[in-house]
Amino acid sequence: MADISTSHDTKAESWWHKNQQKLAPWLFLAPGVLFFLVYVIFPIFQSFNISFYEWDGLGTREYVGLYNYEELYWDDAFYTSLKNNLIWLVLYLLAIPAGLFIALFLNQTVTGIRLYKSLFFFPFVISQVVVGLVFTWFYDPTFGLLNIVLAQFGLGPINVLGDENYVTTGIIIAGLWPQTAYCMILYLTGLNAVDPEQIEAGRLDGAKGGKMLWYIILPQLRPATFIAFVVTIIGALRSFDLISIMTNGGPFGASRVLSFYMFEVALSEYGFRMGYGAAIAVVLFLIMLMFIAYFLWSMYREEKAR
Amino acid sequence: MRSMLKTTAAAIGLSALMSGSVLAEGLNGDLTIFLDTSNPAPRATMEKMIGDFQELHPDLNIKTTIIDREAYKTQIRNFLTADTPDVATWYAANRMRPYVEAGLFEDVSDLWAEPEIAENLASTKGALTIDGKQWGVPYTYYQWGVYYRKDIFADLGLSEPKTFEEEKANCQKIIDAGKKCYTIGTKYLWTAGGWFDYLNMRTNGFDFHMQLLTGQASWESDEVRATFANWRDLIDMGAFIDNHTAYSWQEALPFMVKGDAAAYLMGNFAVAPLREAGLSDDQLDFYQFPAINPNVELAEDAPTDTFHIPANASNKEAAREFLRYVVSADVQTWINDGKNLGQLPVNAKSSVDKDKFLEEGFAMLSTNSPGGVAQFFDRDAPAEMAKVAMEGLQEFMVKPDNLDKILKRLERARGRIYK
Repeated sequence: MADISTSHDTKAESWWHKNQQKLAPWLFLAPGVLFFLVYVIFPIFQSFNISFYEWDGLGTREYVGLYNYEELYWDDAFYTSLKNNLIWLVLYLLAIPAGLFIALFLNQTVTGIRLYKSLFFFPFVISQVVVGLVFTWFYDPTFGLLNIVLAQFGLGPINVLGDENYVTTGIIIAGLWPQTAYCMILYLTGLNAVDPEQIEAGRLDGAKGGKMLWYIILPQLRPATFIAFVVTIIGALRSFDLISIMTNGGPFGASRVLSFYMFEVALSEYGFRMGYGAAIAVVLFLIMLMFIAYFLWSMYREEKAR
Repeated sequence: MRSMLKTTAAAIGLSALMSGSVLAEGLNGDLTIFLDTSNPAPRATMEKMIGDFQELHPDLNIKTTIIDREAYKTQIRNFLTADTPDVATWYAANRMRPYVEAGLFEDVSDLWAEPEIAENLASTKGALTIDGKQWGVPYTYYQWGVYYRKDIFADLGLSEPKTFEEEKANCQKIIDAGKKCYTIGTKYLWTAGGWFDYLNMRTNGFDFHMQLLTGQASWESDEVRATFANWRDLIDMGAFIDNHTAYSWQEALPFMVKGDAAAYLMGNFAVAPLREAGLSDDQLDFYQFPAINPNVELAEDAPTDTFHIPANASNKEAAREFLRYVVSADVQTWINDGKNLGQLPVNAKSSVDKDKFLEEGFAMLSTNSPGGVAQFFDRDAPAEMAKVAMEGLQEFMVKPDNLDKILKRLERARGRIYK
């Protein structure tokens, strides 16, 4: 009985045995790949598709070709959002040097250093919503701390969040607070791995201060810098929570970024333009794609260099 | 309470008899109700009302879900298409149009044909009508107008203005006294829509206002420019509080409470927080927005909140019965009284609670609004147009010199939105 069944299964089993090594990784990958396809890859193509339609999300779709992109071309609000996205990308990068210097400052052994480190890390732990609310009150033109302090010097009041010239910078500063903490923690771990012998050698050769930092410490922190750069760029492109909490895109749309504008036209209280929202999403995706391609390329180069 | 229940039951029985629908069998099955009345007071009122309805129909299995008011506005799209309730709250006029046109709301014209509803709810029928059919029933509405600090007016020797000239003269005196005339918070835009509603209805009349909001009139017309010119008079005087772009409507209340601003153009829902903040009825009063153009009839904003039956509902018979119950005279009287919603009943046979503001508002809407009753800027105009336009209004309030640019933008949006 047993003999018969084994002989019957030999063929199938042998195929499985032969290919087990090759198949196993794919089987383990399958759940991840499946979810990645369903929740990331397919929606990207769906977005591309929807952007060619005019659709309120409820009724029937109407094919309009490139009309949504033509609308974008004429839409002032789109350029405001695009410009703000660029401002975010540039100013948000300040979190990297700021995080580095705080990390260098905290990289010492004094009593209670763990406590100081945690306090500096604190803003990253609290929710973006809380950060937004705290800064909204801080900026309040009538009762806020900022204007009370400015009044001491006979300045102000500045309506940071209600003035289209200051509003984006104001929100970015609020965003830098937690982002700096994030970069700091990345650098602190990086500094732990710095080779003391190289520092010693550098000292013997007379390197000090800025030169020591630039030629000896920073090259060793390269992996940390790379990660800090990646998370900051991504953070800048997905800046949504703070804008929603602090200004709701206002005043008159001056603080919108692409992701917020997309939400507004397609999904918010007054938004029923799914096709237009999808067109904005496609533009945002293309911008992100440039960075993603760059990151992938530089990672690939690094791998090869090893 | 008992006796009121009985009379309600009797009233419903009567209306059912007259309409000829079968009630005696009693309703059974599930009835799912979705509400957006998430604030504590309205929430308690609704739960009590549904509890009473449950007692009348013990065999009915009622499930109530209360969703945060803001979140509801985006969730409604999902739950009307999948996992649909039998009854849902929403708003009247154009605000319900997307769902009506997508076939997601049930046509309830049959209810409106019943004499009980046809006779007593006639005043709000227009707001629930699209394409000649009715798509829901109202359960409450409230007046808009100028809420002001009576004590500040008394100190400065001012009286309630009847014309725009008087309004501006009053305002000048308030400014001379080092205060602001009006508080406002435009962070969420719609408050500016209220100002535009009144200025435009007073300058050009109700009919033109409706033509503009339904896309039949141009934003670059002389009429619209006249409205903005009137508004600009106030802006140039410095009538509004500074930095209003940074505040929500609630955050603008303290200016009035502290006496830095004398008045607030708002809906009646502002009274409750003003009272809670410590203003007594001796300090707080109300007047109708003054006439601007003597040749146009006064018209008012009175937004109406509504109940609807989704087209995909499963227990439409029970849902219809619930709608009949909600609009019946007695239920309307108590859910809208000062201890509950604190607003106006929609049924002509209901009585208005003895509250200074409710009585004044009711008198104003029933006797002194010959031009018509509008819903509100963002309910009369289609959602997309409302959003673009209110942003323009906010920009105008900060930078009145940009008017031409703003109107051009709105005109372009009009060309795209109303096809």
